Amino acid sequence: MNAKRNDKVATALIYIFVGIVVLILAGILGDILIAGVPHLSWHFLSSSASSFAAGGGVRDQLFNSLYLLVLTILISLPIALGAAIYLAEYAKDNWLTRLIRTTIEILSSLPSIVVGLFGYLLFVVQFGLGFSIISGALALTFFNLPILTSNIEQAINGVSESQREAGLALGLSNWKTIRGIVLPAALPGILTGIILSAGRVFGEAAALIYTAGQSGSTIDYSNWNIFSPTSFLNVMRPAETLAVHIWKVNTEGIIPDATLVSAATSALLVIVVIIFNFGARTLGNWLYRKLTAAKAK
Amino acid sequence: MSEKETDLQEVVNQALAEQKVPHVKLKKIGPNSVDIEKLTKPSKETHQEYWGRGLTLLAIFLIGLLVVSIIGFVGEHGLATFFSDHVNLFSFLFSSDWNPGAGNKHVGAAAMIVTSFAVTLIAALIAAPFAIAVALFMTEYSSAKSANFLQSVTELLVGIPSVVYGFLGLSVVVPAIRMIFGGTGFGILAATLILFVMVLPTITSLTVDAFKAVPDELRKSSAALGATRWQTIYHVVLRAATPRILTAIIFGMARAFGEALAVQMVIGNAVLMPYNLVSPAATLTSQLTSQMGNTVMGTLPNNALWSLALLLLLMSLVFNFLVRLVGKKR
Repeated sequence: MNAKRNDKVATALIYIFVGIVVLILAGILGDILIAGVPHLSWHFLSSSASSFAAGGGVRDQLFNSLYLLVLTILISLPIALGAAIYLAEYAKDNWLTRLIRTTIEILSSLPSIVVGLFGYLLFVVQFGLGFSIISGALALTFFNLPILTSNIEQAINGVSESQREAGLALGLSNWKTIRGIVLPAALPGILTGIILSAGRVFGEAAALIYTAGQSGSTIDYSNWNIFSPTSFLNVMRPAETLAVHIWKVNTEGIIPDATLVSAATSALLVIVVIIFNFGARTLGNWLYRKLTAAKAK
Repeated sequence: MSEKETDLQEVVNQALAEQKVPHVKLKKIGPNSVDIEKLTKPSKETHQEYWGRGLTLLAIFLIGLLVVSIIGFVGEHGLATFFSDHVNLFSFLFSSDWNPGAGNKHVGAAAMIVTSFAVTLIAALIAAPFAIAVALFMTEYSSAKSANFLQSVTELLVGIPSVVYGFLGLSVVVPAIRMIFGGTGFGILAATLILFVMVLPTITSLTVDAFKAVPDELRKSSAALGATRWQTIYHVVLRAATPRILTAIIFGMARAFGEALAVQMVIGNAVLMPYNLVSPAATLTSQLTSQMGNTVMGTLPNNALWSLALLLLLMSLVFNFLVRLVGKKR
């Protein structure tokens, strides 16, 4: 009878632990959304931040976050794609491949503050780019590369071997097979990987504090000349993102409504991350159905 | 005609002579009109292959170069404290007197090292049982539907930005601690609670993978021997999954150790040896985050901060090595 009693006790314990975790998770999401969503207004999204008075918005921060995200993906995608293709298709199982994999693992486990400080050292100081969007985008690229590479590699590995054999049997070169057959077949997985890593890039702050800077300059959304210092597209201007904004108003800021601003900004960030997560899944499934005429996984 | 080309001609002629069923096309083309150029030079496909392989290899080497230069740059600046400012490595690691600048060489990082390890270990120790319980629930108890639901919630929580956790800590955890224990509320306890929530989803999802990797035959054989579900879990599933669970916990610790902003927001940022869990303290990352902007490049206070960064980097290498070590035992 002892065994049966133990089983019951253990089951009860596991349910209690799970219950506590679910309560914590629900509490976190609920707290962020309940505290923040009521303050999310069009005014908040469309007015610029104020440095000392109450009532500022996050227009510039929101734009900077999105702009940095786009730049980061533009820089990191080709490199990650190349690296992933090499690892999935060309790499032999030898010491060099193992070394490369170790390197990528090391890069992915580096604390983001260290990556950010390296970006500060190399781009801001050494190359003299100053606190700028481009420094931030490059730092985020380092942060993004290992995740994106392993996501894409998984997607490529998921393509069945018979597709490759079919391509080779037609007399195509390996490279043609990869480009014409494997990559299109892996596209849904690759897209999902890109969107998921985009969610992480969007919320990253530690790597940006010392690269993209903690302050924004005045920017003009009608100025399309990318070399003008006030243009919104200029990559040499300092830029504060949403995540950095939350950190700054809470640690160094002096605005009286810091709690409100950070609650609303947190809710905005979480909503964007939810959209990214949900979007990745939906888009992946939809593309998969569209391309293969198969049922969703 | 070169020697090679005559050889080729001979081969074609020989093939024509030896054939049993006449090859219409070969006869029609004739040995003299064979495109020798095309047969002896690398084909278009070969060129494509070189191109593709080269391009992808370039990407790999870029990543490799990146990692080497990160370690190189941070190492160079971090070691400057010891080589050009002649700070004793021993006193850096074991003294807790941190007051660089104003001409003195008081760079003892012990307080920050101890705090960093304290928050990491405590957070991982609290998170591990919860993560294992949730993972067991998802793989052994619940229906596929609720497991899926929990899975997507965990994924979502992994994606929540760390500053949001930091803000939550600042607006919920710190006031709560202040109310219960008095004091400022900032300190190791607040940081630990925040890190607990942050590493929980990481450890959980890796532990779920660990349990899923345990073959079903083991569970069935255990059940066939008359074991209860808990006996099966305790004696079979947990044992078989132990190395992977350890890996999961190490991953969680690595994330906690390197977390900067969330910790910096709730720990109080006072470089003191922590004497209890609710006194303000500072970790390696929090000190880096709050002080890097206040020092001048190349001076001792700045170099000392780079030494902290180097220490962080080395610890992340150690965590990596531990994961490998545990993984090998599988």
